[in-house]
Amino acid sequence: MKMTFEKIVEDTAVELLRIAATELPVEYVEEIKKGLEETDGAVGRAQLGNILEDIDLAREGSKPMCQDTGIVAFMVKVGDNFPLRSRIKEILVDATRRATEEVPLRPNAVDMFKGNTRDNVGLNGYVPMIFIDMVPGGDLEIIAMPKGGGSTNIAAHRMLKPGLGWKGIKQFVIEALAEAGSLGCPPYFVGVGIGGGEDLCMTLAKKALLKPFKSRNENPDVAAIEDELLGKVNQLRIGAMGLGEGPTALDLHIELAARHPASLPVGVVISCWALRHARAVITGEGEVSIDRSA
Amino acid sequence: MEHHLTTPVREEDVRKLRMGDLVYVTGTVITARDEAHLEALELHERGEEPPVDFKGVGVFHCGPIMKKVDGEWTVVAAGPTTSARMEIFQDNFIETFRPAIIIGKGGMGDLTSKACQEFGCVYGAFTGGAALLAARGIKKVRDVFWLEELGMPECLWVYDVEDFGPMIVTIDSHGGNMTQDVKTQVTERLEKILAEMEG
Ligand code: SF4
Repeated sequence: MKMTFEKIVEDTAVELLRIAATELPVEYVEEIKKGLEETDGAVGRAQLGNILEDIDLAREGSKPMCQDTGIVAFMVKVGDNFPLRSRIKEILVDATRRATEEVPLRPNAVDMFKGNTRDNVGLNGYVPMIFIDMVPGGDLEIIAMPKGGGSTNIAAHRMLKPGLGWKGIKQFVIEALAEAGSLGCPPYFVGVGIGGGEDLCMTLAKKALLKPFKSRNENPDVAAIEDELLGKVNQLRIGAMGLGEGPTALDLHIELAARHPASLPVGVVISCWALRHARAVITGEGEVSIDRSA
Repeated sequence: MEHHLTTPVREEDVRKLRMGDLVYVTGTVITARDEAHLEALELHERGEEPPVDFKGVGVFHCGPIMKKVDGEWTVVAAGPTTSARMEIFQDNFIETFRPAIIIGKGGMGDLTSKACQEFGCVYGAFTGGAALLAARGIKKVRDVFWLEELGMPECLWVYDVEDFGPMIVTIDSHGGNMTQDVKTQVTERLEKILAEMEG
């Protein structure tokens, strides 16, 4: 039974990476289409049209929509009664190696001394990045999220003076997007993490990208700020591929933690149009259900 | 304007291209990213030459996914990478090797723009992430160099391409730089938005 479970988890993780790399969630595709309809300029229309054509080619041919299949991250929730525990990490590492061959994914893990590790796995157990939560119940949830280098490089982090408050946070987010400009393949998705510490705010920002598309924060005040920021970011009119036409950002989410009285950590994690992820739940009985939604 | 160019492209044809034009390339396109640029320039400085001639061809900022099928390399996905990283040596590269068109995403800065004016080169923006669209224009993998040393994304892949595009000329050889123009406008809008928030 143990072997079977290991195989189910590994196969599922490989499949999640394949889906993530090759099938952009339809909700995003629809939003890009809407963006195309609302864009007049030929330059912007050409960019959005190319993106949509590329997405179709990827889905039809089961090939990665972008050659940069990124550094792989897994967000994992392990139920108390799920049959596997610490082995899950090794299984996800094996799945990453397999997906690199089978999807294929581009080998992207670089050892500072020895160069590319060629299997997307590398150094002291840190890559692929695996975020594990313990939860009640008997299921295992896995989200695979490969994220490219271009949009990862435009992330921004600042320890604001607490006195700057919400205004400071908002200004920093808008500045970060202006700074990102054309560099990370807009139209963008934006995740903002606030509070925790210098590290947690970045993780929260990354996880915020995975919140359901167009959903808003359960706190109405935060929800209003999400709307306000998304609007202001679009007023920058960076446009598709930074050429000034078409949408700049398609969605924006905020994730909030408490902060130290003396600190106001803010993280901004940005994704390109190719916000790739796929989610699966594996029950304690070994049944797998895959969720492709945005 | 739409242009269909065949490599090697003559300088006078490069100079006909204007900011905002659409271009398609047929002929040779060679991938080169950070390390390949550095390696080629270092070789040249030592009095040696890289294994390929960049003159008049397309230099593609791209780290593709390649796969060997029946002993032959094939392209799986080959979209552009962020060109800004190459800004630090692109001008030197253009001056030394005289490519006709630099292909990438995200645009480039003043140094590259100056080299384009001086030596007759343009920058063609390919839609970022549209890796399969790019792969469709690649007809054959003619050669590969430095694969062992630099790895799949960083090495030199020499492609035979047919109507590879569409690219948008965002830097022409007359001083036009579209990405830079948009950047200036974005900065102005940013200042306005921030000022309004100060209210
Ligand atoms: S930013 Fe995204 S779409 Fe652009 S090249 Fe990187 S992974 Fe691909």
